[in-house]
Amino acid sequence: MRRFRAAVTGAITLSLALAVSACGGGSATGGGGDGSPKTLTYWASNQGANIEVDKKVLQPELDKFEKQTGIKVKLEVVPWSDLLNRILTATSSGQGPDVLNIGNTWSASLQASGALLPWDEKNFDSIGGKDRFVESALGSTGVQGQDPAAVPLYSMAYALYYNKKLFAEAGIAKPPTTWDELVAAGKKLTAKGKNGVGVEGSNLSNNIHQVFVLGKQHGADFFTPDGKPDFTSDGAVAAVKQYVDLMAQHEIVAPGNAEYAQNQSLSDFSKGKTGMVLWQTASATFKAQGMKDEDWGVAPAPVQSGKPGPGTATNSMVAGINMGVFKNTDNRDGALEFVKFMTSDAEQKILNKAYGSIPPVKSAQSDPAFGAPAVAVLRDTLATSAAALPQVPEESQFETVVGTAVKELFADAAAGRAVTEQSVREKLEKAQQQMPKK
Amino acid sequence: MTTTAVSRHDRSGPGTKRRQDRPGAKRTTRRSGRLRHISLPYLLLLPALLLELLVHLVPMLMGIVMSFKELTQFYLSNWSAAPWAGLDNFRIAVDFDAPIGEALLKSFLTTCLFTVCSVGLCWLIGTAAAVFLQEKFRGRGLLRTLFLVPYALPVYAAVITWVFMFQRDNGLVNHVLHDQLGIGDNPAFWLVGDNAFWALLTVSVWKGWPFAFLTLMAGLQNIPRDMYEAAALDGAGVWKQIRHITLPSLRPVNQVLVLVLFLWTFNDFNTPFVLFGKAAPESADLISLHIYQSSFQTWNFGTGSAMSVLLLLFLLVVTGVYLLVTSRGKKAKARA
Repeated sequence: MRRFRAAVTGAITLSLALAVSACGGGSATGGGGDGSPKTLTYWASNQGANIEVDKKVLQPELDKFEKQTGIKVKLEVVPWSDLLNRILTATSSGQGPDVLNIGNTWSASLQASGALLPWDEKNFDSIGGKDRFVESALGSTGVQGQDPAAVPLYSMAYALYYNKKLFAEAGIAKPPTTWDELVAAGKKLTAKGKNGVGVEGSNLSNNIHQVFVLGKQHGADFFTPDGKPDFTSDGAVAAVKQYVDLMAQHEIVAPGNAEYAQNQSLSDFSKGKTGMVLWQTASATFKAQGMKDEDWGVAPAPVQSGKPGPGTATNSMVAGINMGVFKNTDNRDGALEFVKFMTSDAEQKILNKAYGSIPPVKSAQSDPAFGAPAVAVLRDTLATSAAALPQVPEESQFETVVGTAVKELFADAAAGRAVTEQSVREKLEKAQQQMPKK
Repeated sequence: MTTTAVSRHDRSGPGTKRRQDRPGAKRTTRRSGRLRHISLPYLLLLPALLLELLVHLVPMLMGIVMSFKELTQFYLSNWSAAPWAGLDNFRIAVDFDAPIGEALLKSFLTTCLFTVCSVGLCWLIGTAAAVFLQEKFRGRGLLRTLFLVPYALPVYAAVITWVFMFQRDNGLVNHVLHDQLGIGDNPAFWLVGDNAFWALLTVSVWKGWPFAFLTLMAGLQNIPRDMYEAAALDGAGVWKQIRHITLPSLRPVNQVLVLVLFLWTFNDFNTPFVLFGKAAPESADLISLHIYQSSFQTWNFGTGSAMSVLLLLFLLVVTGVYLLVTSRGKKAKARA
């Protein structure tokens, strides 16, 4: 009997022990605040050519931070394709990092989840005040009228990159400034056996950025002022059709681009197969792929007519990365300290130089490195002619459903099926109906 | 099979203990001895059972609860606070006139067609290879090993290789089909548009048939050789031997094999996810990825959970009916 009882006790103890260790398993990997004021976990988004590049850029800075404050930062660089999912998982489980990077277009969506620390005046004051940041970058940190969900870290804007040699060979004197000129230039390039312009047809976010800007140029916003989805307005249909028509009607985009999602269009450009790409801060990627700086030029992204500016002359979205703090961090002071460090003038200069982006901190922008012609185009675009994506909680869903609609339209175009106003409208209607009902 | 398992269990399990305990056992009453005999194995299973509960049942129950909740981004960090939605999520999922339900139905039908094709081909190729490798010949061991490679490779690495091969402009598939064999006027797309179904089926069969092969090869080992010899003496040819000896003897193995392949294929998430990314082309929109997209891409977690529950019910019903039919067939055979 004693043995039996011992066996019972053993089995129960063992199973309890297993159960407890299974429950606690999350905190070891999640690292969501281990209670120590001397460590922080940081999820950085992949900004450089690959994850190793990011580690090389960031680690020395983190070491510097540790030297200054004694706080050790555990770094994890998360690839773009995983980042949103990882954040969602961390949000629902409560097991996340202390500090993290988010794509600035997700700000309002993540703000709605309530997982991120709101940046009220007091928090902003602890990192030097809200006034230090550029207005357009702050426009992409959450719903207007609420405390921002994150702080701008790197700013980017879209521009038109072109291959100087291919332009010369095709007899194109200067980079196009309007869409008509872009189509004309593209046709000259295709006549020479090159691709006119490259797109990433299967990359949902990129599709959204492009059609959002074109939507602005057609006076459409994709959301009504009170935040309801409005994907089927005439302007939205015109914008999506105009973008897909670069392949479907004008045939200046190679059909193969319909399946691109891993920056293959940039590889094509670097190899001299494609004459133009519309991209945000592509210089580092070109360099990584072996293209010399003098081989490419950069110009403001095209508009329908006239010069880029606000309203219907918008030619870029406000692109960039924000930095957020998980509300449930055990080390809030350390986290704020770390955000302060990363947004300090000195670090802003170092990091944005390394990534080819623009500092969203005004006083760091004056550094001569950001006055070079390639970067100046991006800086001016950001200051004068870029618009933030709709700051509504449903922004992330919008990226998915409309991005998918554009992907399917590109697939149609690539397969030689007609892309008409009717088919564009149908896809957008379907996308709108997939949005969650409130 | 069953008898060996029980007897082995007895030898090394509680039986051993009983023999060692014999002097003590005499002192205890018969009743507690029986109790001990019955409950000890269950007690030893307890840790595994509890873990199983944690790993499988708890998330499943949570999923079922979620399917009755209005779970969007607003309740993500505290999902238990989300308001109850009653059957709304299920209504949305099965409203086949509205886009969400229509897309789900389409994805379901695509998955059914895909599963039938994939399981059928896996079984056919697996059986052929197992029968073929039954005879001894030079290089048989090498072939057996080679055939298992797709099964041994990590899914991600294997499927990403297929992604490269299916690239329209630089991929191996189009290089062979279009450039060398001259099929089609233009190189075809495999990862977007209608062909995506065939690309997915190819990868799925490539990945799945070695399992069928392995299982059937093990099954073939259990068929006594003298049955074939007797049949050959009676003048039965290879086809007759396969039809009247091999296939009937493999029946129990096949029953399990087809069920397992069906469940795996119907639920497959990894293959389409690695092949197509977050948004699969309509022609290859398998239900797992579709549910993932409904939950994680449009943040409609409640509706996504409702879809998962419906899928679970469907698979339970299919499995139940299948087991019922096959066991009835077995009984009928036993009576005959």
